[in-house]
Amino acid sequence: MKLLTHIVKNEWKSLLRGKWVIGYGLIFLLLTDSLLRFGGGGAETLLSISNVMLLFIPLVGMIYGILYIYQSKEFVELLLTQPINRRVLYWGLYLGIATPLMSAFIIGAALPLAWHNILLLDGSSAALVLGLGGILTLIFVALGFVLGLFFYDDRIKGFGFTIVIWLFLAILYDGLILLMVFAFGNYPLDRFVIIVSMLNPIDLARILVMLEFDISALMGYTGAVFNRFFGSNLGILVSGGMLAIWLALPSWIGLRVFNKKDF
Amino acid sequence: MIEVEELKKSFGNLQVLKGMNLSIPSGQATGIVGPNGAGKTTLIKTLLGLVKPDSGTIRVMDTTLNGDWLYRKYIGYMPQVARYPENMKVHELLDFIKGLRDQEAVYEEELIDQFNLKPELNKPLRTLSGGNRQKVGATLAMMFNPEILFFDEPTAGLDPRSSHKFKQRVQSEKENGKTVIITSHIMSELEQLVDHVIFILDGKIRYYGSMQQLLDQSKEERLEAAIARMMESDDEVSA
Amino acid sequence: MKTLIITIFLFLTLVSANFAQIVVSADGPISSLSEAIELADHGAHIVVESGTYRESQILITKKVTLTGVDLPVIDGNQSGNIFVVRADSVVIDGFKIQNTGRSYIRDYAAVLIEGVSDFEIKHNQIDNVFFGIYLAETKRGLVTNNTIHSYDLREASSGNGIYLWSVEDPVITHNTVSGMRDGIYLEFATNAQIYDNISNHNNRYGLHYMFSNGGRYDRNQLRQNGAGVAVMYSDDVDMTNNRFEHNWGSSAYGLLIKDIRNSTISGNRFYRNTVAIYSEGSTNVDIHGNDIELNGWAVNIKSNSARNRFTDNNFIENSLDVRTDSPRNNNFFDGNYWSHYEGYDLEGDGIGDVPYRPVSLFSMIIERQPESLILLRSMFIRLLDSAERIMPVLTPKTLMDENPKMQRISRIL
Repeated sequence: MKLLTHIVKNEWKSLLRGKWVIGYGLIFLLLTDSLLRFGGGGAETLLSISNVMLLFIPLVGMIYGILYIYQSKEFVELLLTQPINRRVLYWGLYLGIATPLMSAFIIGAALPLAWHNILLLDGSSAALVLGLGGILTLIFVALGFVLGLFFYDDRIKGFGFTIVIWLFLAILYDGLILLMVFAFGNYPLDRFVIIVSMLNPIDLARILVMLEFDISALMGYTGAVFNRFFGSNLGILVSGGMLAIWLALPSWIGLRVFNKKDF
Repeated sequence: MIEVEELKKSFGNLQVLKGMNLSIPSGQATGIVGPNGAGKTTLIKTLLGLVKPDSGTIRVMDTTLNGDWLYRKYIGYMPQVARYPENMKVHELLDFIKGLRDQEAVYEEELIDQFNLKPELNKPLRTLSGGNRQKVGATLAMMFNPEILFFDEPTAGLDPRSSHKFKQRVQSEKENGKTVIITSHIMSELEQLVDHVIFILDGKIRYYGSMQQLLDQSKEERLEAAIARMMESDDEVSA
Repeated sequence: MKTLIITIFLFLTLVSANFAQIVVSADGPISSLSEAIELADHGAHIVVESGTYRESQILITKKVTLTGVDLPVIDGNQSGNIFVVRADSVVIDGFKIQNTGRSYIRDYAAVLIEGVSDFEIKHNQIDNVFFGIYLAETKRGLVTNNTIHSYDLREASSGNGIYLWSVEDPVITHNTVSGMRDGIYLEFATNAQIYDNISNHNNRYGLHYMFSNGGRYDRNQLRQNGAGVAVMYSDDVDMTNNRFEHNWGSSAYGLLIKDIRNSTISGNRFYRNTVAIYSEGSTNVDIHGNDIELNGWAVNIKSNSARNRFTDNNFIENSLDVRTDSPRNNNFFDGNYWSHYEGYDLEGDGIGDVPYRPVSLFSMIIERQPESLILLRSMFIRLLDSAERIMPVLTPKTLMDENPKMQRISRIL
């Protein structure tokens, strides 16, 4: 544990000095502040942030994760020759780079929300949006890590897959769902669309945003499965649980790859 | 000290280590030579635990390696390419590694003096010259006074003065009874530093023994020539 | 002289008899309200001490003022009506009225007022009743500061909180109604004034107009009712400054308007309803200066609605803005603020330079495949919608706001 915090602390220090992460936080700070300043109320601003978050955090997180692997190859190899457990080193490096990025988003967006009083007025909605952004950061940095470890010696391939995975999860996936819905429109599809949406972490986060802001629309739909899912706590519990699995899965795969890898 | 039995490793279809046997006693200074792609780096990475062998056993300081990591406290490693986090300062890097190892850095001051690193301590690593970065690497490898020292092409980026200092330092480590393992392309350098040679060719150990013996056998004056002759004779055999 | 004295004496006794206070108390000489009313003369003031009185069908056929001290309980014992008012200018003030009868044939009420005028029903707490306050064929009259609550969650077997049938000029203010079928239900009422009431958690409508023309409802809070608020087959109704909130369900509306004409909906706040405003067959309704925020659909307007004007409203982060069932458009949208508007304002006059089309492609997709609702707020859907807005193919071409505001319209309170 001491070793883990030692590694995490060191990563924080060198990332903060890199200013890149601070710049990233500043972007969210300026964005949130200007949204609030130019006429947006709490819900409007939070929804705009969540739109930006759902689109860009996955991309930034993955690129950031993979870039770290590529830029720190030699350093990581040096660390691997030290008398420490690979597992501890992995978690140290992962948490050490994912948590600063996560914090940059959360703090960057939360500060304007605080000084425009939204945190008090719409506290739970704000916490949800910021929390989801944080979780997405962790998930996609881990995915970037996995891709970096997988394509350790082939950066072009690594970045290529990053972009393709992002395009797929952030945009195309929902297009495919829509296509399926129209292709099999004569069958009851409630259960199907819910399950399929649960398999994409970006959709999961989007559904949790919907549960907060669009529940009135969701209740307008007559399907029993939908109503049971969205109308009770079931939706929140299942989506939250799936998101937790998504949080664990890429970082766990990353750990397995890291443990087995020949550097 | 280091014992290797039937060590095999392939990457995909490429068999890199084709069954190596090796025993390096403590206190011996050994040079590993061989053409590019012969398996030198893989051998060292396997000994360091960076690469996991397909089969065979490795024992280091009486620990049989099987996902162990504690044995590495006996090892200091100086990599060929020294790249560190750009914004980290030299002293922070030293502190960071010290925090990881939980061992006393007995030679830290001494090495910093010896390599003239004092004025560099507060500079970010990105501003350091290649030579200075190499020296930082050497300091990291030796400051915990480990039993075994691995140097991978250690003098490649060093200026003659630093190179000389480095060799002096290795010499004294050797005299202190440390096991030293060096890979290098510069045979003359190896001649000065090591007394045993492992010659690897095509994933196998072609020669392992004392340097003197090798020179005597091949009736050559210089290591370079002796190795060259060995490779030629191999070609004749296969031809 | 003697006769004069006798005349004055007689006059005084008459006056004192007329304006005498009759006191009802559980352990006093007069222990029932019916008895007191029986004894009372026209215009008498009956004071009811605190306590519990088990009485129903308390028939009031003369002008009296009934005042409760410390909220005496009138318990109808689950049989019949409790108060039945059949005289003008009756006042019932300060009672806790509970446990009416229930029936499938008769509408038993806590207070039934029939065919009279100028009554005042105020400061009563009405609890566990079939109907609360029932006005039939009355004129004028005031119902104020009453609380009505019941517990039957079934729409069919619960009654209405305040029910107005064939009445003129009623004034209904500051009442709180919950747990009834309709909170306030007007049938054939003319010129009703419905102010400052709270009607929440009713099984069907918080407020319900049928064939009721004229009048105004203002500053009412209408929240979490089974189906929201409905105004149907009524003309010239002013609906102002109300709060329609949290009415959820597949057939729940903040406000449903059906076959109404020449009415005004302004200054209201519609917040988190499944559909904020639903219009069917309505004509010439002004929907002006409302805040419509975070609803599922802001407006669902059927094509048989015409000449309705949506102006100066704030449409803020509704899941979907406007839904309609026809490619034609007979209504008018102008000068609203739409938070989904993505246009620009190069002239800097505060009005967007390109029109806003509030019917999105996605809302039409949902119409056909309701399951696709799960894709709300998806990036893919936003791209589709943007493309359709630039080159409308499927959405109504003429349904647009040509002067969308760039900034939320601030309301001076």
